[in-house]
Amino acid sequence: MKLPEFEYRSPATLSEAIALLVAADGEAKLLSGGQSLMPMLAFRMATPTVLVDLRKVEGLDAIEINGDVRLGARVRWCDIEKDQRLATAHPLLQEAVRHIAHYQIRNSGTVGGSLAHADPAAEFPALAVACGAVISTVAANGSRTVAAEDFFLGPLVTVLEPDEIITGISFPAWKAGRRFGFQEFARRRGDFAIAGAIVHYDVDAWGRMADVHVGAFGLGDTPIRLQVAESLLDGQQPTAELFERVAAAATEDVEIQDDIHADAEYRRSLLGTMLMRALQSSSRSGD
Amino acid sequence: MMQIGITINNVSYEREVPARTTLADFIRGLPGLTGTHVACEHGVCGACTVVVDGAAVRSCLMLAAQAEGRQIETVESLAGDGELSPLQAAFRKHHALQCGFCTSGILMTMHALLRDEPDVDEERVREVLSGNLCRCTGYQPIVDAVMEAKQSYG
Amino acid sequence: MGDILRQTYQPKSNSFIGQPIERVEDLRFLRGRGTYVADVEVQNELHAVIFRSPVAHGRITHLDVGAAASLPGVAAVITCKDIGEVPIIPLRQQVFDEGIPYLQSVIAVDKVRYVGEPVAVVLAETAAIAEDALELIEFDVEELPVVVTTQAAATDRQLLFEESGTNCPIVMTASKGDAEKAFASAPYTRRESFSVQRHFALPMETRGLLAVWDEAEEQLTVHGATKVIFFNRALLAKMLGLSNDQVELIEVDVGGAFGARGEFYPEDFLIPFAARHTGRPVRWIEDRRENLMAMNHAREMDAEIEIACELDGTVIGLRGNINVDIGAYVRTNGFTAPRNVAQFCSGPYDIANIALDASVFMTNKTPAGTYRGPGRFEASFFMERLLHLAAQDLGIDQAEIRRKNLIPEAKMPFKMARMAHVDPSSETECDGGAYGEVFDRCLEEFGWEEKQHLQGKLIDGRYHGIGLGCFVEGGAAGPREGVRMRLESDGSVIVNVGSSAVGQGLQTILGQIAADGLGLPMERISIRHGSTSLVKEGFGSFHSRSTVMGGSAVHNACIEMMQRIREKAALRFGCSAEAIEILDGKAWHKGASLDFAALAGEGLEVEHSFPNSKHTYSYGAHAAHVAVDPATGHVEILKYQTVEDVGRVINPATLHGQVLGSACQGFGSVFLEEIIYDENGQLLTGTLADYLIPTSTDFRGVDSVSLGLRPCPNNPLGAKGAGEGGLIAVGGTLANAIAAALSSFDVKPHHLPLTPRRIWHLINDSKKSGFAAQAQANSTDARTGQ
Repeated sequence: MKLPEFEYRSPATLSEAIALLVAADGEAKLLSGGQSLMPMLAFRMATPTVLVDLRKVEGLDAIEINGDVRLGARVRWCDIEKDQRLATAHPLLQEAVRHIAHYQIRNSGTVGGSLAHADPAAEFPALAVACGAVISTVAANGSRTVAAEDFFLGPLVTVLEPDEIITGISFPAWKAGRRFGFQEFARRRGDFAIAGAIVHYDVDAWGRMADVHVGAFGLGDTPIRLQVAESLLDGQQPTAELFERVAAAATEDVEIQDDIHADAEYRRSLLGTMLMRALQSSSRSGD
Repeated sequence: MMQIGITINNVSYEREVPARTTLADFIRGLPGLTGTHVACEHGVCGACTVVVDGAAVRSCLMLAAQAEGRQIETVESLAGDGELSPLQAAFRKHHALQCGFCTSGILMTMHALLRDEPDVDEERVREVLSGNLCRCTGYQPIVDAVMEAKQSYG
Repeated sequence: MGDILRQTYQPKSNSFIGQPIERVEDLRFLRGRGTYVADVEVQNELHAVIFRSPVAHGRITHLDVGAAASLPGVAAVITCKDIGEVPIIPLRQQVFDEGIPYLQSVIAVDKVRYVGEPVAVVLAETAAIAEDALELIEFDVEELPVVVTTQAAATDRQLLFEESGTNCPIVMTASKGDAEKAFASAPYTRRESFSVQRHFALPMETRGLLAVWDEAEEQLTVHGATKVIFFNRALLAKMLGLSNDQVELIEVDVGGAFGARGEFYPEDFLIPFAARHTGRPVRWIEDRRENLMAMNHAREMDAEIEIACELDGTVIGLRGNINVDIGAYVRTNGFTAPRNVAQFCSGPYDIANIALDASVFMTNKTPAGTYRGPGRFEASFFMERLLHLAAQDLGIDQAEIRRKNLIPEAKMPFKMARMAHVDPSSETECDGGAYGEVFDRCLEEFGWEEKQHLQGKLIDGRYHGIGLGCFVEGGAAGPREGVRMRLESDGSVIVNVGSSAVGQGLQTILGQIAADGLGLPMERISIRHGSTSLVKEGFGSFHSRSTVMGGSAVHNACIEMMQRIREKAALRFGCSAEAIEILDGKAWHKGASLDFAALAGEGLEVEHSFPNSKHTYSYGAHAAHVAVDPATGHVEILKYQTVEDVGRVINPATLHGQVLGSACQGFGSVFLEEIIYDENGQLLTGTLADYLIPTSTDFRGVDSVSLGLRPCPNNPLGAKGAGEGGLIAVGGTLANAIAAALSSFDVKPHHLPLTPRRIWHLINDSKKSGFAAQAQANSTDARTGQ
């Protein structure tokens, strides 16, 4: 499983990086943390002619908190785990990251790499979709922002053009008192989720759920928002009985696939269980 | 081919290697540094774990080129002349190895962990250890060894 | 000398045997100074990469390696044409002529029969370049229908070996008493279907070989051998047209074997051949993707087995058929698991009437060999489930039904069922043991009575259950093991053994035995293993034999050595040998002493071969407490207890390590590991993200007790082979605990692996269709009364 041949470049600026991508005409790949790309190279499932390493490009590794939480594309999972500001600025982000892979991978894997790789069972793309995050990119023809829910097109497929580079992702500001839950089911700790659920909501002056976000992942093509669940929960008192009812109803019409790890029937039930448990655990968060 | 310079265990090495050389293979190509083992080459088993600028990293998932100018520590750095380090001695005492093939990667992972978090509890040790596969021991002896060794990192 | 050699080892107060001596091996492993085959240094080497069939079944129509051979950096590409008459790999264990038509050639010639079958060997300056060259090889196959199940194989509609006329090379039959009669008159019988999934050893180190051919000396040296290096050396020499003396196999450090590493594989010919062919050293290091498809698979069986009992729970009969899927070729030990599953289905139980067939089938999948406790793990799963169900049906306590049926000590030695095909090199009888006593000890350690109230209870959303299983572990296969012991002129002792070190602490264990045997500290003794040049004849490490066979050979060599020392001292002191006393490395007579070094002269050498035709049987019991989450199907092991009697404990620390490690592998077998093929014979589990082995967070709570309760009467150490016992009863024990936990759903966990999805479906199907329908659904046949 030795890697295929490629040219290696480590440009000092984003413009240089873009120029390299343009010159390679779709045959180049960006290297960030490498935790997703390197195994693909090892299996020769990807055979780029040029590898463009972003490690010398400055300005991509900051965590900025100005109400919203902005992560540079090269922010690593361990940076998120260790940033104490996030315990209050975005506790769900820290909670989700704790589930990603393993210790060694979290020392190298990056936000941008995970978004670009777009594995449907991965936690971070799901979190981005669930929270309504916005992804920033640059390319030869300029920069743009793309809502996370529009970013993922299918398994390992995103809207990124061949010369386009993710520069960062912005999560909406986290309200005080907001409640959240994160549950995933995997065969072993750190494995990709067979099904996972992410929830967050605010509680209004009358104790009712407001601005409800429910995300699901591991289901097949891309992470999704469960709009049925959101509308059933919105404006309601958060009770255990409500959670159980909604978890069952919300997963009925979701499109779910079979694969070697789970058939659709089991996965659907698992999603319902994860959603219920995420909602149940949300009662213990926030305050 | 690329000229790459990497510092490993405080010694600088300069070699000309193909660009596609992983850090694991770069290390193993150097004299006396075969203690870092390759067991899967796709970032799952952790046998190849080394420490890069203080952080435990899967060296099979890193290009040698990415390690240019960085400080690498491998298993060979743990024992002083002749003496086993406290972590290594604890492994021996608790029979935390049998065939030895996963051991280097686990030692380096735990070494990095204990340096950063000398006050770990057993849950944290198990959680971090879950990124390293061992087929021989069933893991309990490893956890016991690490829990004993942590006092020497405080 | 003969009488002395039958002396049983007697422990002294300062014995090394029985002590948890820290392992000498650890010093180099911990420092990263182990030498595995990838670490052996050599000059001017070529790297080998194997081109393997991407197609599961077909006739080769086109193979062109020209473009690959022309790639810069490629030295040669070897195909069957370069080899000429292509050697065939024979059987090593359970050697029966029925296997001959199904043996594997070292390289594909006209057909390919599994994805991964070697077709060509690329030799290049680097492994990376060799892999690049693979893509340039042109290979076409006229595809044939693919056979991936024993059911399809059994129809013989598509044959893997046309000349043989069938996909079933052999049916291995185990029989005892008169099963037909017993079943006809039994007041209770029950028949069930079971299956165990395909999985395998997956050691952390993949396979590897480094072959060096010295043209001038006409000498071949191969590093990376293990397990049965003497057999392999003789075979390789023959295949290459060389004499044994011209071939040396060297075992370096080995990253785990578990039965799968060390057998003679195609690469064991191809790599040495390549070295001679190219005139340069050739190194082959298997990568993990390759390992998943080319190292021996194991365990895939489906079975239909029936139990017959008296109403009081006495088991009077066992019959049925087990279909064993051994893949595309009969490997060197391909018949071992089938033989074991049939003969050891009764396990540690005294069952008077047995008729079991193990039907072996060829399929278009990677060939299967042995993996720790081969056939025994599967057998125990079947037996323990049937026993559990019988106890339930008859209203008998789970512990009681086992106590009642365990082989009583008074009946030892106890003959197992007779195999129609008999491996003449050993007898199959349980050597001795207090099975009931050890079983009760397990119940006590586990807290069986105290935990009864948990059975089937729903606590915090999870169902709890406890289950039991008992086992025997066969060990110490013969025929012999060789030792050459040398007392050096400086008083140190070198012990050369034919055993192989595969991670089990061999050096330390044999060091302890030698230290006790010679009355010397362990530092004065060095154990050398793993080269065919160290001893005249050796047999290796498999079937849990190295402690008993290697250890007994060392023990007896020590006795001979001590006698030789006495004789030499007697000459010097002018007395009889009997008047000499040996203490602390000196020979004493009337207050005067002579150092061993002084007596050694230029070196004193003793060679000994320890013969054995009687297998040893460690035995014991397991108990498990599990909690099942019905919403996800996940099972947590809350406590797992093993108790075993190994005859004599040589090193309690390494033994404990073996039990913990093998239990963990057993958990992997039950919950995680599965090799999956699609209907085209394509391997779907091709990475370690798909083939899952246990990690540190998956299983905990294992406690084990190892006893030296009833020494084995058949070797001077009194030891029994151990190292597989931690695993053998795991399937049945856990399945029983899960069944007990889910008793309100009446599920039957009869198909491994018991993944969360499978358990969820068992519960869900049971809920949907009601219990009566569930009872019918699984082709059971439970009758009481006639």
